[in-house]
Amino acid sequence: MNAWILIGVIVASTVLGDLLQTAEMKRHGEIKEFHPRGLRKVFVTLARRKFLIASIVFMAISFFAFMTLLESADLSFAVPASAATIVFETFLARFVLKERVDSWRWAGACLVACGVALLTR
Amino acid sequence: MESGSGFATTSIRTKTTIFACIVILSNALGNFALAAGMRGRRTESVVDYLAAIFSPWVALGIVLLILWLLSRMTLLSWADLSYVLPVTSLGYVANALVGRFFLNEQITGARWTGTLLIVAGTILVGRGSPATHIEKGRA
Repeated sequence: MNAWILIGVIVASTVLGDLLQTAEMKRHGEIKEFHPRGLRKVFVTLARRKFLIASIVFMAISFFAFMTLLESADLSFAVPASAATIVFETFLARFVLKERVDSWRWAGACLVACGVALLTR
Repeated sequence: MESGSGFATTSIRTKTTIFACIVILSNALGNFALAAGMRGRRTESVVDYLAAIFSPWVALGIVLLILWLLSRMTLLSWADLSYVLPVTSLGYVANALVGRFFLNEQITGARWTGTLLIVAGTILVGRGSPATHIEKGRA
């Protein structure tokens, strides 16, 4: 499969997976109980959430697309694609999830994305 | 670790730091275990994949990556996605260090620069509040 198509699949599935997972976890609310019984109750509740299951499916698609990409492309080509999702997801977190993203967060996200891209050189 | 009720009253910032560390370490160590288990292995059929999955290193890698997924979900139950993404990107640095010290990989000047940029970006994001919606609610 064409490398650019695979990168498109990786970016789209990572972004969708993260957005759905964040939205569902926020809907559930802050997890405060960390003893085994409390955690089991939380995960039984979460296992019934359709969007959360969909987010894990999208993450699996992203993982297998990444593995397929690595069969034909170098890591130095594949990893910067995941770096690009950091800036893209910050943008969507601001406008879709309505998070308050100040200038420090924007600057930090851009620095991290550049750093990840350099890490593969 | 603190008891369940004690942990429930721990501040958001302390909880975030603990869970961000679990996310970063489980990701780096999980990837290392997977890489170690898959090295030199041929996966051409379903049987090959199953044999790989049940080998000790790959199984350990999968357990650690499940821990990564669950701890990241827990972190996202209170922290913003725009905070979690840059902060947990320190996992890329941890991966590079694991590669350097356990797999004898070379770290070039560009990689050190990338590492410094990630650390700088993480410090910039980490100095703010992890959960702006909770902050807004309390204001």
